[in-house]
Amino acid sequence: MRIINTSEIISNIKEMCIEANHYLSTDMDKKLKDVVNTEESPLGKKILVSLQENLNIAKEEMIPICQDTGMAVFFVELGQDVHIEGGLLTDAINEGVRLGYTEGFLRKSVVKDPIIRENTKDNTPAIIHYDIVEGDTLKITLAPKGFGSENMSRVFMLKPADGIEGVKNAILTAVKDAGPNACPPMVVGVGIGGTFEKSALLAKKALARSFDERPEVEWVRNLEDEMLDKINCLGIGPGGLGGSTTALAVNINTFATHIAGLPVAINICCHVNRHVTRIL
Amino acid sequence: MDRNITLPITSEISEELHIGDYCYLNGVMYVARDAAHKRMDEALNQGKELPIPIDNAAIYYMGPSPARDNRPIGSAGPTTASRMDKYAPRLLDLGQKAMIGKGKRTKEVLDAVVRNKATYFAAVGGAGALLSKCIVSSEVVCYDDLGAEAIRKINVKDFPCIVVADCHGGNLYEEAIKEFQK
Ligand code: SF4
Repeated sequence: MRIINTSEIISNIKEMCIEANHYLSTDMDKKLKDVVNTEESPLGKKILVSLQENLNIAKEEMIPICQDTGMAVFFVELGQDVHIEGGLLTDAINEGVRLGYTEGFLRKSVVKDPIIRENTKDNTPAIIHYDIVEGDTLKITLAPKGFGSENMSRVFMLKPADGIEGVKNAILTAVKDAGPNACPPMVVGVGIGGTFEKSALLAKKALARSFDERPEVEWVRNLEDEMLDKINCLGIGPGGLGGSTTALAVNINTFATHIAGLPVAINICCHVNRHVTRIL
Repeated sequence: MDRNITLPITSEISEELHIGDYCYLNGVMYVARDAAHKRMDEALNQGKELPIPIDNAAIYYMGPSPARDNRPIGSAGPTTASRMDKYAPRLLDLGQKAMIGKGKRTKEVLDAVVRNKATYFAAVGGAGALLSKCIVSSEVVCYDDLGAEAIRKINVKDFPCIVVADCHGGNLYEEAIKEFQK
């Protein structure tokens, strides 16, 4: 058994909040650079060049890449041989978020109650998804999620008879409806299978997957490639102002499902697709 | 076409603008988003005065991140304009001439743009650090309790944005897509 103290967790989470909002992951960064050369629209290219300038200013002057520094979403993989000492793990994560967002000059975008809407003033509570896994490490992924694109996300409860064509239509419908609202070029996370809520979780996890990691199953890999092509033929383009770069990637996760169902969730993310992982 | 514009935008300036024009705005604009629009609307319902001079006003839909020391403002990119659709026509009818945000608008808003010779501009979503550098000064004018959603008066220099809906009825989001659809 390995002991991890909450103080270590808190300080790491605080740093992760600040890091994620000022620097993109290397795969995102590279992809955004590459598309500058392939974009067909002159206005689209100009926008993609401004995004490069934006990323440089963000890291050099420590101004968040986007003012919507998001709701803090966590994927936590807790090794079952780990013992957490010093308090509750959930409290530690929220404390790290509080410190990261208040001391790191990040925007507090969370309201306590969805109808009364009073700001909690420290960006808590975080959204935390736990998995218990093998081993004695604690793996934490933080993905701050902006709501311009979150609001354009969808879950479709398709019928098994709708098949893969139904899935393709669902993805294209979500992307078309999102259009300029989701700050394209977007990253499209898709979850196919599971239950209603499982599909959404699969889609959200897909957004945090590195572009270098490809799915093992062949039809899923092919579907990712085909959908990326189809989305980039929609013409939406950077900023929604027309062009050939509407999406940077389509990441799909799948899971077993019920004989009567075919849930498909599409979680749209903008070009500020932030995620940081640390293993303690 | 690239254009340098000194604020405020008047009906005359609006008439010269066309979708696709890449503009650099200079001068004073106001910042307001969801909660501030709701309060302005309530103020009007109660017969009260608006907290900002609305005639020829430019309103930027934005909620900044906090400013670091010696900076006027933090990250400052546009937010989704459709959430202001419910309130925008009323303000346009009262004299507001420019909206700066991102994303699609309803027909009611686009009609109000034409009717009032106004303009809807899109700033690049997710370019909050870059746009922050175009803001020279910022002060909270009212609704301070709303935090990031308070109404601010900002001074901008060469603030880049693109005309996406003009007073001639043009809508760039619809036109531009056609050109690149395959
Ligand atoms: S959708 Fe993304 S890029 Fe656009 S404002 Fe929200 S967080 Fe920023």
